[in-house]
Amino acid sequence: MKNIMDYVWLVPFFPLVGFLLNGLLRNSLSKPLTAVIGSGTILASFVVSVLLFMEVKSGHSGTVVLFDFISFGKTSIPFAFQVDALSSLFLLIITGIGFLIHLYSTAYMHEESSLHYARYFSYLNLFVFSMLLLVLGSNFVIMFIGWEGVGLCSYLLIGYWFRNVEYSSAAKKAFIMNRIGDLGFLLAIFWLIAKLGTVTYVDVFDKISTLPAKDLNIIALLLFIGATGKSAQIPLYTWLPDAMAGPTPVSALIHAATMVTAGIYMIARSNLLYTLAPTAQTVVLVIGTATALLAATIALKQNDIKKVLAYSTVSQLGYMFIGLGAGAFTGAVFHVMTHAFFKALLFLGAGSVIHAMHHEQDIRNMGGLSKKLPTTHWTFLIGCLAIAGIPPLSGFFSKDEILAAAFAKNPVWYVLGVAGALMTAFYMFRLYAMTFRGQFRGTHEQEHHLHESPAAMTIPLVILAILSAVGGFLGIPALFAEHAHWLEKFLAPIFEKSAALQHPHEIPHATEWLMMGGVTALVIVVISMAWSRFAKYQKTTEDATGLGKVLENKWYVDELYEAVVTKPVNAFGKLLEKVEKYGIDMLVNGVGRSVQYASRQVRLLQSGQVGSYVLLMVIGIIILFVLQFFLKK
Amino acid sequence: MIPLITGLGLFFVRSESASKNLAFFSTLVSFALMLAAVSVWDSPHYLVYDHSWLGALNSRFHFALDGMSKLLCLLTVISFPLIIYGTWNNSYEDSNRFYGLLLLSQAGLLGVFLSMDALLFYFFWELALIPLYFLSSRWGGERRIPVTIKFFVYTFLGSLFMLIGMIILYNKAGQSFAYSDFLKLKMSANEEFGIFLLLLLAFAIKMPLWPFHTWQPDTYEQSPTPVTAVLSGVMAKMGVFGLLRWLAPVVPAATYQYGDNVATLAVIGMLYASFVALQQDDLKRLVAYSSIAHIGLMILAVFAPSFSGIQGVMIQMFSHGINILGMWLVVNAIEQQFGTRKISDLGGIAQKAPALTLLLVIVALANIAMPLTNAFIGEFMMFNGVLGSTATKFGIAYAVAGGLTIILGAVYTLRMIQRVFYGETNALTANATDISLNVQITLAIIVVAILVVGIYPKPILSLTEELSQQILNRMNLK
Repeated sequence: MKNIMDYVWLVPFFPLVGFLLNGLLRNSLSKPLTAVIGSGTILASFVVSVLLFMEVKSGHSGTVVLFDFISFGKTSIPFAFQVDALSSLFLLIITGIGFLIHLYSTAYMHEESSLHYARYFSYLNLFVFSMLLLVLGSNFVIMFIGWEGVGLCSYLLIGYWFRNVEYSSAAKKAFIMNRIGDLGFLLAIFWLIAKLGTVTYVDVFDKISTLPAKDLNIIALLLFIGATGKSAQIPLYTWLPDAMAGPTPVSALIHAATMVTAGIYMIARSNLLYTLAPTAQTVVLVIGTATALLAATIALKQNDIKKVLAYSTVSQLGYMFIGLGAGAFTGAVFHVMTHAFFKALLFLGAGSVIHAMHHEQDIRNMGGLSKKLPTTHWTFLIGCLAIAGIPPLSGFFSKDEILAAAFAKNPVWYVLGVAGALMTAFYMFRLYAMTFRGQFRGTHEQEHHLHESPAAMTIPLVILAILSAVGGFLGIPALFAEHAHWLEKFLAPIFEKSAALQHPHEIPHATEWLMMGGVTALVIVVISMAWSRFAKYQKTTEDATGLGKVLENKWYVDELYEAVVTKPVNAFGKLLEKVEKYGIDMLVNGVGRSVQYASRQVRLLQSGQVGSYVLLMVIGIIILFVLQFFLKK
Repeated sequence: MIPLITGLGLFFVRSESASKNLAFFSTLVSFALMLAAVSVWDSPHYLVYDHSWLGALNSRFHFALDGMSKLLCLLTVISFPLIIYGTWNNSYEDSNRFYGLLLLSQAGLLGVFLSMDALLFYFFWELALIPLYFLSSRWGGERRIPVTIKFFVYTFLGSLFMLIGMIILYNKAGQSFAYSDFLKLKMSANEEFGIFLLLLLAFAIKMPLWPFHTWQPDTYEQSPTPVTAVLSGVMAKMGVFGLLRWLAPVVPAATYQYGDNVATLAVIGMLYASFVALQQDDLKRLVAYSSIAHIGLMILAVFAPSFSGIQGVMIQMFSHGINILGMWLVVNAIEQQFGTRKISDLGGIAQKAPALTLLLVIVALANIAMPLTNAFIGEFMMFNGVLGSTATKFGIAYAVAGGLTIILGAVYTLRMIQRVFYGETNALTANATDISLNVQITLAIIVVAILVVGIYPKPILSLTEELSQQILNRMNLK
């Protein structure tokens, strides 16, 4: 009997089929059929993923080569999949959460015409397909294929409502910012080929320790440029908040749970490289910390429910990079998983609110929704508690693991990380209080239509809420119970080479207890502050001033980029066009004109045009040649 | 076998009103014959046709079908039926002459790719060029006369330099135009440099290489779209082909020595054309400049060579031809329907023409080298080859600077898609209809070709493997 490993291709194959069916037959499919194809294919992938996961858990892993993709000289890049602990875990997250979001979408997108409904599901399937390629590939090129693929799907889905110019601009921005990062990724691949002659993970990490430190740092930094694009880190983060133009389930799937974690996956996959390149790893740590803080400050002042969550995503991704930078690879992957649970939950919850409020997204016009939307309310609250890091919910465990690693590296990182965590708690409960507590502040019409969402939307919310609540128990720190960290054991084969090189400082248990307790107490204080300020929020017409205004305007980073990058590029283009018109072309025409002048003097001797003379001559020669050829024959 | 195609092409010059059908039929026959030729004759038993031609000059009618010829002949015979079918609804006065000239040009192109004799090569080079000159000046846009004169003078000048170079080589090689004799030549560095300059100039104008490009956007803009498609899809490859067949192997030392100079021009050209493309409002000029940038990368990969890079150039010659043909067909469909090519006049077409939009988006993605499209393979291998090239010290700088065009390409392409297809409709596009079936079929064929080559490039890569290695061996490179 063949091993389940040999069927790994089925995992991306199902969504591909879904994409093709929904994409090509979109004129003839009914909405329910589209929904069944769209969600069913993901469910099928999920089932195969679970089987693969069981196989990996029982100690097997392997590579399956499908066909030879590109080869030149000694370098061969096969189209191959690698199933191991890291990829099988990501498979579960992608297909599992992906399925819930597909299910949710069947109800959320119901108002669309059947044509666009099918278009939506085909894009969503294509996205899952690309993401699966990204994590399954056994070399960097296949990862890159998926990498660009998810960027493309993100572009298509952000601009899904393409009649709106603002939306399609946001889509374009996302694609271009991702492309900037992609260039870094590509150059890293080329560098690897030039130095090692291979891009297959197994071979690369076998040979990589032979490279000099300079090459290691360059490759690591180039890869990280790619990661900053996809995972929305400084300086390439500004596309992600704008990406909220897409339908809300898309925000949940792509811009929170899966695509943005691609950068984390990439670095976790290359963990040995970063362990060997400490300079690059420090850069990761610095950028991660800076992003976590910057995004958290912006989130404090946003009034769009999705924008708050978007900046919170950017900030949480920063935490994952702190983990990677501090060498806590397991902690980063752990946070990817728990974040996927609670951020998908929060976004879907927000979608449920937006659905009920008839596309209202401004939390200043909400309030008091807890009575009308009970399921949404409860699940959303669990999400908020999880992300704020209240024990024993999942976010507590994963964030704690990252912060502990940061402390071991240097207490400065720890303090900054805690500051970010406190801001997280504040803006999340500001959001919660303004949305669900106090008086309703919308129009009467909106109030009249308030209703809980259908089951297809609330079931995923409940499942995700349960996962957000208990997901943390997969990674119980040694502090509570020795050897209870299941995830660490599961992922150990992936990180073993790095672990052998690392010498983390052990933190005394007493210190750890103190830190954990202290942070939790502070978080609770901050939550109560947010509660007291915003639970009875009333609309004001006052404009923010000073720092508040700067935060509302996101530190003016978009404006800065516009002035420093976009405008100069366009101006340079205009300049070159002038050069083209009046410089090079004039020169060429000038030469032509002087020749013409000379020929005019000669022309006095002749009657016709020089051009036609030349032509006739050439044609004559050609005819001569041809005739001669046929005569000879 | 191949002269038969040439004969077919010539025959149709005299055909009457049903010329369009006949022309289409002829190109299909060429396609079938070529396909047979490629599949039957496998390397190393190349298909060879050798016959004495101009005895007095010791020039022979020598055709040979090696890997690169196969690839480019395939491109030629695929492109022409698609061009004719994809622009079926265009009507031209004196259509028999229009299509006759087009076929003449096809015969010339095939001859160029097959010739193993320098004089024969020159003859077909001109045969491919001159019909297009007439096509543009007779059926082109408003400014066609000055523009085509410029085009003609420019390219003809290049041809003259090439002819001079070939004649010098002829005398050096003991009165022989044979390619094999050229390869045996031993020349001093100065002689090589002279030949290098003469031939390079001809090919640089043809491709075109910055700063010899100014004829190109004007000509592309003013020519009727089928002609533009021939010019950019196939004709531009004549220049790159020339580099790989007649320049690098014949004067390898000079190519190696002066490679960096040309590569620098190529990188400047790539960036320059991409920046200028950002500012274009005319669809044809936009595609024209993006083409200069793409060809620039091929030139770069030839002059900062490595096995990966040369192989990338090979496959990219084919892919670029297919992709840009798709772009021209879309431009043609838009121009036929709305009577304008100005991006600022259009908008919102996606609502009215979903099929066109879908097909265009895929072609445009191929144009910016998305993975799993054909252009990704070529660009990946070329950039990889340039960065890792052992022939130059500046491989990394070239790859990084050239790599910026990957980003700029996305900027101008997506901007075009957004302004033409997305957003709300305006007065002009409110009553737009989707493209006709023939365009849909043509574009669908192109899309299939894009994806097949992009997912499984091996058959095409293996076609030219041996030849690429030989070219590098000539330059003493690995």
